Amino acid sequence: MKANFKYNLAWLGVMVLGFVIIDACEFLGIINTFIENMLVTMGINIILATGLNLIIGFSGQFSLGHAGFMAIGAYATGIITQNIATPLGFYLSMGVGIIIAMIAALIVGIPTLRLRGDYLAIATMGAAEIIRILINNFKITNGAAGLFNIPPLVTWVTVYVLMCLTTIITVNFIHSRNGRAIMSVREDEIAAEAMGINTTRWKLAAFVFGAGTAAIGGSLHAAYIQTIAPGDFNIMASIAILIIVVLGGVGSITGTFVAAMVLGALDTILQNFGTLRMIIYALALILIMIFKPAGLLGNWEFSFKRLSRRLRKESAIHE
Amino acid sequence: MQTIGQQLINGLSLGSIYALLALGYTMVYGIIKLINFAHGDIYMLGAFWGYYAINGLHFNFILAMLSAMVFCALVGVLIEYFAYRPLRNSPRITALITAIGVSFLLENGMTYLFSANARSFPQVIRTVTYHVAGLRISNIQLLILGTACFLMLLLELIIKRTKMGKAMRAVSVDPQAAQLVGINLNHTISFTFALGSAMAGAAGVLIGLYYNSIDPLMGMTPGIKAFVAAVIGGIGSVPGASLGGFLIGLLETGVQAVGLSAYKDAVVYFVLIVILLVLPAGIFGKKTKEKV
Repeated sequence: MKANFKYNLAWLGVMVLGFVIIDACEFLGIINTFIENMLVTMGINIILATGLNLIIGFSGQFSLGHAGFMAIGAYATGIITQNIATPLGFYLSMGVGIIIAMIAALIVGIPTLRLRGDYLAIATMGAAEIIRILINNFKITNGAAGLFNIPPLVTWVTVYVLMCLTTIITVNFIHSRNGRAIMSVREDEIAAEAMGINTTRWKLAAFVFGAGTAAIGGSLHAAYIQTIAPGDFNIMASIAILIIVVLGGVGSITGTFVAAMVLGALDTILQNFGTLRMIIYALALILIMIFKPAGLLGNWEFSFKRLSRRLRKESAIHE
Repeated sequence: MQTIGQQLINGLSLGSIYALLALGYTMVYGIIKLINFAHGDIYMLGAFWGYYAINGLHFNFILAMLSAMVFCALVGVLIEYFAYRPLRNSPRITALITAIGVSFLLENGMTYLFSANARSFPQVIRTVTYHVAGLRISNIQLLILGTACFLMLLLELIIKRTKMGKAMRAVSVDPQAAQLVGINLNHTISFTFALGSAMAGAAGVLIGLYYNSIDPLMGMTPGIKAFVAAVIGGIGSVPGASLGGFLIGLLETGVQAVGLSAYKDAVVYFVLIVILLVLPAGIFGKKTKEKV
């Protein structure tokens, strides 16, 4: 903790700086509702994609069901805040969403995580579809019409703070002893097992953790957009998050941030192109997989530690 | 008793469509261990080809189906050549993401070119309903069942009796060893894609006739269900895929018959998860032991 104090301080500085810049722009009127909407979408996508990257990039399991867990969070918020329309109600609903999503992830994960790669993808996709179909038919979720007039309890500040919080927790989780166990499962499951790591348990841990962050993203989505329908959480939604992860780099949180921001901006610019935008994304996905399968940034991470070390080295050379 | 018989007929005709699709999944998975996500979209392309061949070129049914099969075989080979071949030696996840990309591209490309609206498929064959022992059987159902069974038998003959079929079986057992005995890997894989895609094309035209409605996203759900069928039958096994297809068709109509039609997709996915749990190798699949 002490050794990294300087670098943690630097990261805190970055977060505060980001907040101050957005706040100043908001104050000066540079950010209108349109841009604010874009920024909030980026923030929510970062939360969602960070969770998915933990599953795909760090534990090496392929989940195609992220939108299902997002739906749980979104509907928890939608239903609860319509009855308790206070900020406290929102956080309560988010907590409920996270817990339900984690339980669902446990139920889905325990049988399916024994499967390998591509089977797992199909099984998680099936699970997400089951969640969506259930929501589509329940009375409490208002069926296919979805929920509307959800109280607007979320501003960009909430999204920003939660984005920072989930990222800090996720990164710390990855850098902990448990995180190393998870990465060892990705590298070689058999070798990891031989080292005494309970592979199923750690795969499950990453999966459940990812599901929890997806629920946070869903809660924010519901409270900010104020309208949700089962159709928002179909396979396409899962694939959209997958595209962010793959584009940024499978196993790079920095990459996820960059990709979520670039794609968020592109989405806004290309809004009028509709389907053509999807064609471009699909082509980009195929081309990246063929020419740079690890994603644009691979597993490279930006780190203040390395930066300062390099600066020190360079100044030593100049002296 | 009568309803059961009726549902059996409906289930079998729907199941034969799934079986045709599942064959493509199982063959491709058997040979290069890839879940070809785009397979359902090839089926959609087949339906669209049939639509334009009948409306624009005034083909009759047989000609429309044959041309759709040829067209889809071509598309399948092209997809394999451009998207999957460069990735043959990369991790399976990479190939799977590419397959998702191809599927996404076909769906959105077709939506862009032909709009997302559903259109009604031209009825080249007039529907005649026969009443046999209190059951209603339409000639289209008979046609679907007959064509599907014929194509499955043909496929079985190709795989078991021809030289190319022998090569396919060899590659699916051990690609390296197959190359050592002089089998051209690329040709064999292309041929597998062509066969599987042709089956999907035929299924597309048949479903157009049966359901009378096609749209660019029609391939998504049946594609996944057909994959479930392939898994149930034991992925990599050709008779297993046919059996799995029929089982899924029967299950779906059965669920609809008891009044749970809103949940019919959920039931199929649920069955998938259960099957993967209790019988991961499927009905006809071989159990493989992992070697360190």
